[in-house]
Parts: sequence; C-alpha cells; structure tokens
Amino acid sequence: MSNAVLDNRPSVPEEVPTFTATLIIRRYDPEVDDEPRWEDFDVVMQGTDRVLDALHKIKWEQDASLSFRRSCAHGVCGSDAMRINGRNRLACKTLLKDLDLSKPIYVEAIKGLPLEKDLIVNMDPFFESFKEVQPFLMASSKPEKERLQSPVERARFDDTTKCILCAACTSSCPVFWTDGQYFGPAAIVNAHRFIFDSRDEGAEVRLDILNDKEGVWRCRTTFNCTEACPRGIQVTQAIAEVKAAVLRGKP
Amino acid sequence: MGEDAEGTSSIVDGVHYHQFDIVIVGAGGAGMRAAIEAGPHARTAVISKLYPTRSHTGAAQGGMAAALANVEEDNWEWHTYDTVKGGDYLVDQDAAEILAKEAIDAVIDLENMGLPFNRTPDGKIDQRRFGGHTREHGKSPVRRACYAADRTGHMILQTLFQNCVRLGINFFNEFYVLDMVMTEVDGVEKPSGVVAYELATGELHVFQAKAIIFATGGFGKIFKTTSNAHTLTGDGVGIIWRKGLPLEDMEFFQFHPTGLAGLGILLSEAARGEGAILRNSTGERFMERYTPTLKDLAPRDIVARSMATEIREGRGAGPNKDYLYLDITHLEPAVIDEKLPDITEFARTYLGVEPYTEPVPVLPTAHYAMGGIPTNNNAEVLRNNTETVPGLYAAGECACVSVHGSNRLGTNSLLDINVFGKRAGNNAVEYVKTAEWVPLPENPASGVQKILDMVRSGTGTENIAAIRKELQDSMDRNAQIFRTDESLGEVTKLIETLRARYHNIALRDKGKRFNTDLLEAVELGFLLDLAEVLVYSARSRKESRGGHMREDYPERDDKNFLVHTMAYLTGDPESAEAGEHIRLDWKPVVITNYPPMERKY
Repeated sequence: MSNAVLDNRPSVPEEVPTFTATLIIRRYDPEVDDEPRWEDFDVVMQGTDRVLDALHKIKWEQDASLSFRRSCAHGVCGSDAMRINGRNRLACKTLLKDLDLSKPIYVEAIKGLPLEKDLIVNMDPFFESFKEVQPFLMASSKPEKERLQSPVERARFDDTTKCILCAACTSSCPVFWTDGQYFGPAAIVNAHRFIFDSRDEGAEVRLDILNDKEGVWRCRTTFNCTEACPRGIQVTQAIAEVKAAVLRGKP
Repeated sequence: MGEDAEGTSSIVDGVHYHQFDIVIVGAGGAGMRAAIEAGPHARTAVISKLYPTRSHTGAAQGGMAAALANVEEDNWEWHTYDTVKGGDYLVDQDAAEILAKEAIDAVIDLENMGLPFNRTPDGKIDQRRFGGHTREHGKSPVRRACYAADRTGHMILQTLFQNCVRLGINFFNEFYVLDMVMTEVDGVEKPSGVVAYELATGELHVFQAKAIIFATGGFGKIFKTTSNAHTLTGDGVGIIWRKGLPLEDMEFFQFHPTGLAGLGILLSEAARGEGAILRNSTGERFMERYTPTLKDLAPRDIVARSMATEIREGRGAGPNKDYLYLDITHLEPAVIDEKLPDITEFARTYLGVEPYTEPVPVLPTAHYAMGGIPTNNNAEVLRNNTETVPGLYAAGECACVSVHGSNRLGTNSLLDINVFGKRAGNNAVEYVKTAEWVPLPENPASGVQKILDMVRSGTGTENIAAIRKELQDSMDRNAQIFRTDESLGEVTKLIETLRARYHNIALRDKGKRFNTDLLEAVELGFLLDLAEVLVYSARSRKESRGGHMREDYPERDDKNFLVHTMAYLTGDPESAEAGEHIRLDWKPVVITNYPPMERKY
C-alpha cells in the first residue's frame, strides 16, 4: 500500500481564525419603503464561509426580515444570484476569503429585473425569454431505442448544457438593463444548447427567432455575461456561435 | 369563475380558488415527470415552493441505473436482485422488479426527450459503475449507471422542465402548499384539494382537484450535516402525517459516505465508480477489510458505517482525526475533467483542495429518506396496510413504494422519480376520467389559517433558527449512523421541549410579501414532526438493518423485524410523550424470488 498520496495531504489548520465582516445590504420592503436603502451588518465569520453563510447569520441572529432566495447552497440550483461588490455571483459560491476583506462587502439584488423585496427580484420575465427560444428538443424521428450521437457530437454543446438559469449573465448585461425586451444571454445559451445538438431539427426556427431585433444582434460583446457565469460557461462565445449560425446556417 | 390557463379560478373572501383535474405538489423530477404524462390528457397544475429548476433533483450527480447492457452484459433481473440485497431485504420485491424492468424505457424516454447523456464511441448511452450494482448476483461491479458527466440530476431536471415548457404545463411557482383538505364521501375520506400560501403576496389559494400527486422530496434538514437543500423540510410528508395517514419506514435514512468534510456537500459516488479510493489516516484502503469483493463500491450504508468505525477506532485523518480521504489522484486529469468536473470544482471552491494532486477530506452526510408516504406499485397512497386513499398519489423521495427498503442503491433514486413519477401521472389521468368531484369542505383554508395564525401571533422570545439548530445538532449526535435506545431517547426528550419553545417564537417580519421568516417558521413545524416520527420508529426497531444501525441491537432480526414500520399520528402532537400520539403498526414485506440471506459484499 503506497502512502505517497498522503504526502500531499491538505493542511488543515487547528483553528480557523474568525473576523468581523461588514456587509452593506441594499434593503427594500415594498410595504414600508419608497426607495431601497442601504443597511450595515457586522457578523463574525471565517474566511472559508460563503457570502450565503453571512446572509444566513444575519437573518438567523440579527434581522429575520432580511429576504433572499436560496436552496441547494452549493452552486447548482441557481437561486441566489446577487450583486456582490458590484459583480454578479452566486452567494453560495462566493467565499469571503476571496473578497477584499479590508473593505465592507456590498450586496444587492441583480439588476434589470423588477425588484420585489431586499435581494429578491421577479424572475418571470427572465423565464419568459427562456421559453421564447423554444428550449426543448425538436426531433421528428421515433426511435425504438436511444438516438445515436457520437462523443464528438455530444461534446459540441456540452458547455451550454451546464446552465442553471440563475440569471447572473442576463442581469449583468448592459443591453438587458436598458432594453428589457432583449432575450438576454441565458436564453441564447439555451438556444445554443439545442441548435448545436446533432439530434435537434429545430435550429432554423430558433435562429429565426434570434435574428429578431431583440435577438442576438443586440449583444455588444462586453463579456460581462461570461465573467458573471458561475458555471464557467463561455457565454459570449456561445452567442458568437449563434450569430455565425444565423448568418451561415447551422454548421 | 375566470379561466386560469386551463383550469378555472375565482376569489372569495380574499382566498383564491382554482380548479384542476390533477394537482401535482412539487416540481422536482417526480413531479415534472408526472406532469409530462398528465398535462396532455387532463387539466393539470404543478405547485412548487420554488421555481422548478431549483428543485434538488438538480443536485443529483452520478447517474441513473438501467440494465441497458450498452457496454457489458447486464439484465434487469440482476438489477432487481442488487436492489433487494442493497435494501437489506426490506425492499418489496415486486416493486423492485417494476423499477428494474421499467428502468430501460425510463432512460430511453429521457434520451428521446433530449437528455444529453454521455456516449460510447459507437454513439450509445455510456454507462459506469456504481455502489452495489453487480453482475451475476454480486460477482463483480457492473456498468449500469447512465450518466451525463457528474450532473445527471441537473440534466434530468432541465430536460423535464424543457418538456413541461414544450407541453405548456401550468406552474404555480413559489406557492407553498401547507395543507391538504379531505372530505368524507359515502363514509370514505377523499382528498378534495390543497391549500397554498403564495410567497410573493401572502395570499391563500385553494386548489380543488380530483387527483392530487405529492412529489415534494425529502427532509434532510432535520439533520445538521446534510447534502440536502435548505428547502428540503419535508412539508409534503408532514402534511400527510398531520392528516392521520401513515408514514412508512421513517427510521431508514441514508448517510452518503462522501460529503465534503464539515460542509456535507455531496461528492458523487461516481468518483468511486470511476476508480476513486477511500483512505484512512495511514493511507490504507480500508474498505478492502470490510467488503473484500466490492471494496469502495459497496452500498452506501456499509461504506458510511465503515468510515464511522475507522474514525471511532482512531484512524481518522486531520488534526482532530475526524474525517477520511477520498483519493482520485491516480486518475488522469483528462478523465476527471470529462467525467467528474463538478465535484472536483466543489472540492476546490469549498475546501481549497486540488483533487488532481491531493486527497479530499470527506465525511458521511445525511442524504436520502428511504421512508415516506406509503404507496402501492401504482403510486396510490395507502391509508393502512392494504387500502388506498382514492385520488391521492405520491412519487419520488417523499414516497415509500418500497423500492429502496432499508438502504437505497446509488442511481436508483433518479430512476425511482422517473418510473414512479410516470406511473403516478398515468394513473391519475386514468382516475380523473371517471372520478366525481369531491366537494370542498365549508372553509377549506381554515387549517392553513390556523397554522399561520399560530406562527404570526407569537410574541415570545424564541428564535426559529436556534430551535432548528438544536434539533439538527441533536439529530446528528443521536440519530445518525450509530443509534442506541439511550441516544434516541435523548433526542426524543429534546423534541418535546423544542415543541413547547416553538409555540413561543416571534416573527420579526410581519409583512405579506416574500415573508421568508414566516416560511422558515412553518417549515420548522414540519421538521419537528418528522424528526419525532423518525426517532420514534427508530426506537421501536430493535435490530440493525441497512441504514438503521442500533448498537444495542447490532444484528438483523428477520424473525421480528422483516416488516415495514407504519407510523400514525393518533392524538394531539402536543401531548408530551410521543407514545401518546404516535401509534406503530407493521406491514409485511413482499418477497417473491429472493429469500433473505446474509448480506455480504
């Protein structure tokens, strides 16, 4: 039995140091406030804690009225996209130690969707855009078993299958902020997932939809979406591939 | 009445009324799979406390079992046997046979719906090894798990949601179902609807339906260390319990061997399926000692128990010797990137460990409820050992068919939601074709009003989060992998006091819009109920079987306990002694081809 692997054992310090983090949260209660307001909270945390842990600590120990969505708490369900220090991230995937702790942490709701309360926005417009690109397999054949697809064909659209519909990309897009009609990056990512799936026969329908004035041509290639994606999807590249397909047809 | 999508709706005294043929509670895998069957044939609504794609099916990683035999010889009979043995013979064998047989179509259905499975070089669905799945009745691991990288559940959830969009299914998102209303018709209690609290507005909605399908998932949040989402508080199971309907095999809860140490975030068994090795502080591959044939690919109950034993005997790793290592450093980085990308990223993100070169600290984490709402093989809910509740169905983790017995095999839950979700949808469609409407009772929302008044009117000093934390800490300490009468007694006593304190809470948020403070208060009530029935059932099962290990009764006892536990709420849950309001009964296990044998791997 080789012990070589244990030479690389991770070093876990005996005691994880704690510190006081200041979160400045943009609050809004539609039943009380005319305008959103900023409120400060100090919480004792550890560097390995997530921003979501800090929000929970505030909610559970200081102010239970603080409202935000969350579910899985490890970056796969897409509930807790928010703006943290001016950048869209998932609160459950952002560790405090990765932020500049010499300064307060600013937390606010994602932009471009109607603000409902504190960190909660109305997600319905986002899901409506998703639905408009017909995000489902269109295939007329009725195979008895599975449709065949080579590993290379499968790999072609792998990146865009990772999308968790958190809206971090769409709500980081300056075009989306100023024009709520724009489908936004997430919808295009999900169109891409089917346009480049070898089993799908609906590419033309989707490309037609995305050639619309609210479609892919509104994208100004600012790369905000790619930077925001918590799943590491190359969003801007996917949009560029859809643009190319609109011009030249599905490759 | 106005048209509400395909159903009808109206408002009376501030309460919204809707009418659908079929109402599905829960929009995870089982709920949406049912909706895909029901939607085209009956007016169907899916009600979920989340947006559908947030459901925890999306967190499942490793795969979905089906004996496709795409990469090596396999058949559904071997799969049935593995499922029965994996569940330590508490599985109903007729149900396991259905699961294994229908698995093949269930996977093909999903592929045809668009699911991007990983592929073999000749373009078929690829398959990999998983714990407890074997060839020829235990000879060696078999490649049976169909997968999409290590995000199979994500792809299932997305594919089902996409197909619900295609079919135009009616969703009521962020509607929290708090009660089911039942009406007596000709001497039989039948469900007439459910009552939901709309999170955005604080308004109540009554959904009248001919058939109701519960697909509300698990309740891992009764434990502290868990792979479950914050929202998995067992509301659906709790609603059924409060109606006086039975819950089956609640003592059997699965602890998944490889949660990230200290966090509980899941690292898929797929890692071991691809060759990962569990090691103790000396670097020893300790599973060779416990299960020499399957080694690291033994079923989860055995691996989790072996890990706990290693730690107890001082061979845990780390400064406090309180975790073990999952080692994938011998796998090629390219293989890791292709087949295990998400879980390696979890290790990097949350522990700062690089799995290419370092072993990952892991610990068992509360993962899956084998027990739940008892159903027959048609997903119809049982009111006792033999009779069903007309028009009421359950599928997925909230249900207990029982295909998992006392320990579920990995990849059988993604299978379960598809096979029995589909069955629930189809059977509900058949039922509503001829069923009469069941009239709603006089004031159908009164039960929910009572719950809301209770939590809203509190002016006490107790903190919801503090009560929940005490419950979770105690459940981890006393009702986890090793249990004794004493430890279970301790948590029972605690629950009594927490219940009293629960009545002394105060909400900070008094508003109507998105009141998540209120939501957490209501959820805590369900957590307390379910923890109590779990512990009560566990105390009464004086044997060790599958996921239920009693140190004071370390042997399996087929003579006395080869039966399902059926627990009923029979009195005021506030009565101090659990025994004063919980009654236990026993239901025979269906045994067809596989007489119970000693379980060795």
